[in-house]
Parts: sequence; structure tokens; C-alpha cells
Amino acid sequence: MLRYLLHKLALIVPTVFGISLAAFAFVRLLPGDPILALAGERGVSPERYAQLIEQFGYNRPYVIQYLEYIGRVLTGDFGISIATKRPVLGEFQALFPATLELATIALIIAVLLGIPAGIFAAIKRGSWFDQATMGVALTGYSMPIFWWGLLLIIFFSGYLGWTPVSGRIGLQYFFKPTTGFMLIDSLISGKSGAFRSAASHLILPAIVLATIPLAVIARQTRSAMLEVLGEDYVRTARAKGLAPRRVIGLHAFRNALIPVVTTIGLQVGTLMAGAILTETIFSWPGIGKWMIDAIGKRDYVVVQSGLLIIALIVMAVNLIVDVLYAVINPRIRVQ
Amino acid sequence: MKKKLTFAAALLAASVIGGMANAKQLVYCSEASPAGFDPSPWSGGNDFDASSRTIYSRLVEFDHGKTTISPGLAESWTVSDDGLEYTFKLRPGVKFQTTDYFTPTRDLNADDVIFSFERQWKKENPWYSYLEGTGWEYFTGMGFPDLLKEIVKVDDLTVKFVLNKPEVAFLPDLGMDFASIVSKEYADQLDKAGTRQQFTQKPIGTGPFQFVDYQVDAVIRYAAWDGYYGGRQKIDDLIFAITTDPAVRAQKLKAGECDIMSYPAPADIAGLQADTNLKVDEQEGLNIGYLAYNTTVPPFDKVEVRKALNMAVNKKAIIDAVYQGAGQPAVNPIPPTMWSYNKDIKDDPYDPEAAKKMLADAGVKDLSMKIWAMPVSRPYNPNAQRVAEMIQADYAAVGVKAEIVSYEWTEYRERGKQKDRDGAFQLGWTGDNGDPDNFLFLLGCDAIGQSNYAIWCNKEFEDLLKKGKATTDVAERTKIYEEAQVVFKREAPWLTIAHSKVFMPMNKKVSGYVMDPLGIHRFDGVDVTE
Repeated sequence: MLRYLLHKLALIVPTVFGISLAAFAFVRLLPGDPILALAGERGVSPERYAQLIEQFGYNRPYVIQYLEYIGRVLTGDFGISIATKRPVLGEFQALFPATLELATIALIIAVLLGIPAGIFAAIKRGSWFDQATMGVALTGYSMPIFWWGLLLIIFFSGYLGWTPVSGRIGLQYFFKPTTGFMLIDSLISGKSGAFRSAASHLILPAIVLATIPLAVIARQTRSAMLEVLGEDYVRTARAKGLAPRRVIGLHAFRNALIPVVTTIGLQVGTLMAGAILTETIFSWPGIGKWMIDAIGKRDYVVVQSGLLIIALIVMAVNLIVDVLYAVINPRIRVQ
Repeated sequence: MKKKLTFAAALLAASVIGGMANAKQLVYCSEASPAGFDPSPWSGGNDFDASSRTIYSRLVEFDHGKTTISPGLAESWTVSDDGLEYTFKLRPGVKFQTTDYFTPTRDLNADDVIFSFERQWKKENPWYSYLEGTGWEYFTGMGFPDLLKEIVKVDDLTVKFVLNKPEVAFLPDLGMDFASIVSKEYADQLDKAGTRQQFTQKPIGTGPFQFVDYQVDAVIRYAAWDGYYGGRQKIDDLIFAITTDPAVRAQKLKAGECDIMSYPAPADIAGLQADTNLKVDEQEGLNIGYLAYNTTVPPFDKVEVRKALNMAVNKKAIIDAVYQGAGQPAVNPIPPTMWSYNKDIKDDPYDPEAAKKMLADAGVKDLSMKIWAMPVSRPYNPNAQRVAEMIQADYAAVGVKAEIVSYEWTEYRERGKQKDRDGAFQLGWTGDNGDPDNFLFLLGCDAIGQSNYAIWCNKEFEDLLKKGKATTDVAERTKIYEEAQVVFKREAPWLTIAHSKVFMPMNKKVSGYVMDPLGIHRFDGVDVTE
């Protein structure tokens, strides 16, 4: 098991460097630069521009800039935002709990609805339930997040008035964050109605963010279940007279779990990407919105460091998923 | 002593937080997060709304809803005959805000004024580079490093600005956000503690509201400052709910989650106007949307060609389709609400037949050109792509073939400045300080390579511009600028497209909000009826 873990860890090192290089290059490939973006429509004189480029060191060869950057990152210094002048890591730490909370609830929704939907669709293959579930899943998968979010806001917040339009909690609740997770902080605050307010603010963005992963998980569970249900050992289990619930729950589902767990692990990346749009629509103060703002301002430091930190987190989650495989399926450890 | 202060601070925080339930509260749905709360290093309107206009004050202040100025922290001033010395008498007894992180021991004095400018000006000032990479762009952009010779403390409540050259717009400039007055005592305290960064995170000013809390990218909270020299505000709490999407801001306003919002999308305005709980204030924007020809490249170097192209464009159709009626065709480079606007100038008429003939007379045949379309929406031009398409169709009717080009926003402006730029370039401007020079300088010879996208340097216009800047008498300046507009219209370096209207939707329970021609959102004097 340890060897397996070390092998996985060894793969992460070149990946991190690759991503840091890609992030560094990506932001510089975008047209425009941070000096011009900062100057705005007022513009900046060529002399002043030259001065500022010199000051930030963006006139030096890219190789030098990258090596310096990576050197600082290795010491835990992710740099200072060009736009806000605040440390990138500090901004990330302040905003990440909001994204994590949203993504976790979205993932819970996706898993809790997606897996049972997939299982039932597989069991009732070809039935109207199967057709309807997969139809809805395909629609969910193809739905543009921005449009979907706005549609839900207009219907549930505007027309029905059931949920708040945006934000994380009602403005009447004001307390210093303890954990950064609003659901937990609202409980700790002891203010009556705070938790309810936080939950009602979370529900729409979580549904929007859960839509694509839910569709993917449901479809993946269905296909994995169908494959397993056709296996000999399932037929044998049935022939032995085991109860259908036991056959599906114990024999089929356990074996269908591996691709499903893989899919769930991969959804972390999807959730991060989806968070960018979801957070923008719902004014959710997380890292997705933060990255979008940084790209708009050509804030090289935030974009390259932010991408790297997000990638590190996604890789860490994938590593955990890999370890989980090994726990679920001992054959993987041996291989 | 320290314990007492901590207790007092805790009491203040508790009263701010605890009092919230009964407090009179105004929620403003703002469009973006501020980069920081120091009023001087940044240049975005949303930065100013969140810092300078709420927390800080200036020596002079723009009158509510106007571009004229009145005494602010300076109760009076005198200007020397040569226009080189401005002596300000400071208002006595002005208090800096007391918060849980700063308790001032003295009132505002000349040291604060000098510090507020020198930190942006003198590189040897330790606060010049307290934020990495700060260029103090507004201070620099307004030409202050060259303009200021020295700032002298005459006594505690008298401060003298000595200039290198006369500058008629100096007083309005001091009403601008970058010229907000900060506390030197607070800066010294942070210096001692080694926490300079806090200056922009936990601000202290003399303005109508004091800072309470900022949850990054989400909510900014302010409380009315009891010691404000202009009197305590009627609202107790001011909250900025940061909501980047205009459609979502409109939904929040309709749902009662905010009381007032900035920058509605043109498509949402009718819906907001129809809502019986809301009212939508509107005002002529102090702005201009234009199309700049490259006057150095043939055939656009010929006035007749530029005039002909101006006459080919149906501006009214553009106003109706793109500005959705919320604008008016622009005649001059300055908006009609600004003093010195020349009402006698007639616009080039929309006359495709005459335009065609003028082009033929100028020897222009089968002209192909580019029309540049901004990739972003701005109050002065909500949809540059659509404007470009309409101009393209109008040009086609007079036999001119046009291709529309666009680039990423910063790239767009950079490419537009190139002297050999191919084609006519859309852009616009919103005024900073209500002075005509703040618009006309866009066409000055010195602005080529920066804001003069017509790359137009006309001696007659330039002389008038310089004369205007050196003249203090307003009546005389008015005449000079009226004449400059005549030269502009005759030479036609731009197709002046439109001056747009600006809208401010709010709940009917909000009273006392005055729209600002400079595009600032200020909440002093605003009340909310429960």
C-alpha cells in the first residue's frame, strides 16, 4: 500500500511543475497586460508604462521570471496580487471555504440523487423511468450554467419568492467568520434564523453547480450497473435465490462502484470549473469569481498562483480517490 | 489604558453589531469589489464609491449632483494673482473616525493634508511604495507631479500649495477622489506597529461613514460617523452588497434584497420602471461616445472625407436601436450639461446623397476601411459591435465598404493608439471633474499616443486649449472653449455619436439620493423611510 502511495506521489511532482509552467504561460499568452488593465481607460504614458513594467519585472526573460516565481512558490510565497496588493494565499484562504462549501453541498446533491437515479435506471432499463432519467441527465449535462442559474433565480427568487437572489446569508446577520463555512458559522453564531438564511442562500447555487455532475454520475452509474448486472456472478447470485435487493446492493453495486468513484473524483475538476460561472451569477464570494476577476484584470500573480493552488487541491482529491480504489478493490494495490 | 481602549472598542463594535436590528439601513447593490480602501492608489469608480465617497473627505467637495465645488475640509481659500499659490484655511475641529482599530488623539491639521499628497508624490516618502507596484496613477495622470512645486504648512490650520504653472482646474482636481485626505496619525501608528498594509484594509477618514467590515467579494459594511463635520447621516448603516451581474442586481432590487443599484442593463430598465415598488432616476451622463478617424492616414487626412463619412451615418437610428432611446445624438465633444457647451453649432446633417457626392468630389472611390468595435459595454456606448454594424450599413449606402474589427479590451486600446492604425476607432469618455478641459484634452497634441485616438494635432485647437488652461476668468474661458468646439466641428476628427443617459433604479422608500454627473455614487444625505 505504501509503495502504491509513493508511486502516486512521485507522479504528482512533475505534474505540479507542468501545471505551474502551463499556468505561467497561459496568463501571459492572453492579450493585454496588468499595467494596461490597471491604468484603465485613462491610459498610461509610454514612459510610465516602461517604468511600471520594469518595477514588476515583466521586461525580463520569461525563463528568469518563471524560475523566480517557482523559487518563491517552493518557499510557500505565492506572491502579492497586482490589483489588490494583498497576498494571494491570504485571499485564497479567505475565499476558498465559500467555494468548498458550495462544491461539497453540490457534490452531495449530485451523489445522493445521481447514484440512486443511475441504479434505478439500470434496473428498469428501457422503461419510461430510464428514458426520462437519462433524458433529464442529458439535458442537465448540456445546460449552459449561466442561463440555467439566471432561469432559477427568476423563477424561484423573482416569481415565487422562495429563495434569496444571491449572496451567502441575509444581510441582517453579521458575525465574524470562524470557519469560513457559512452553514457552520451561522450555527456557531447562535443567532436565530441565521442557519436557515445561510441554507436558503446556498440551495440555488448548489443545485446549479450540481446539475452537470449529477447528470454525469447518473449516467455513469447506470452504465456501470448495466455492465455488472450482465456478469456471471450476478446471474449465479440470482440463481442461488438471493433477494433482488441483496443481489443489487451487495454484488452488483459494490462492483459497479469503482468507475462511479472515479467519476465522482473527476467531478471535483468539473465543480471547480462550474464554480467560476455559478459564483459569478450568484455573487458567491469564492475562488471561481476571484479567478474570473483576476483574468479580467490580467493579474498574472493571482491567475498563475490561483490555478496552481486549485490544481494542487484537485490532485490531492484525485490522490485520495486513488487510495479509496485501493481500499475498495485490493487488486489495484497489487497491480 | 490599553484594557480600557479594548473595552471601549468592544463596546463600539457591540453597539454597531447589536444595534443593527433597529438601525436604519440602506443596502446598495454595487457592481464590483473594491481593490482596497485607500482612496488614492486605484482608479475604478467602484473603488472610489467604496472608499473616498463614503469614508473620506477632501479639501473641496463637488456639490451634490453638480460639477461645481464648495468648501470641504478647507473652509476657505485664496489664490495668488499669478495663479501659482493656493492657500487653504482648514476647517477647525474636524474629527477622524474612531474605530476599534484607531482612536485619534488630535483633529485634522495641515500635516494630514501634506501627508495625503506627498505619499503620492515623493518617492522618498516611506508611504510612496507601501503597496507593491503602486503607481498612484490618478495623481500622475492628472499631471500633479509636474504641477506641484511644494506644499507648505503655514500653521496647523493653514496649508499652501505652490504650483509650477497656473492650472485653472486645480480646485476641481482637489475635489477628485485621489485627493482625499487621510490621517497621518493613523499612518504613523501603523508604521510603529509595522502593519502598513492595514492602511488600505482598515481605513480611517473624516467622511460621512466609517468602515465596519469587509467580507471579500461579498459585503462591505459602514456605519454613520457620529463626528462627521457635515452632521450625522440619517441612515445608521450603509451596506454594499457586491453583485457583479446587472441582471442579478435588478432581481435583488425587485426582491427587496437591496434598496438601490448601480448600472442597470439597458434591457432591464423597462421592467424596473414598471415595478410599482421602484423608481428609476435618470440623468444625462457627463460623457461622449465617438468614432475617431485616423487623421494622419489618407483619405481620412482630408476634412471633406471625414465630413462626408459623418453625414453618411444615421445617428438617430443608433440612439434608438443601441441606446434604446436613453441618449441623445452628440454634436460637440463635450456634453450639453457642461458649461461652455456651444449651442450654436449645428451637427453635420444625415444626408447620404450629399455624402456620396462629397466623397466623389474628394476623389474617393471604392473606399474600404475598418470600423473598430470595443469589446465591452460602457455607459457612453452600450454595444459598440451593434453601433459598428449600423455604421457599416450606412457606409455601404454611400459606397464605402467597411470591415468590423475588435480585440481584447486592453489590446484594443493599445492598438488604437498606433499612429498607422487602419480605420475609424470607437471609444468614449466620462468626465472626471466637470471641467471642459477634461474632455477637450483628449484631442490635444500632447495626448497623441495616449488618449488622442484621432491622432489629430491642430494648431488652432491646441492654442485655444492652452489658452483655456491658463485663463482663470470663467466667462473668458467659456468663449475660448466655445471657439475650440467650432474648430473641432469644422475639422471633424471624430464622428460624435451620442451622450448617453445614466439610470439609477431604487426602492421608493429611498429619498434624498442625488445622481452625480461624474458617475460617483454617494450616500451622504440619503434617507430610508420604513
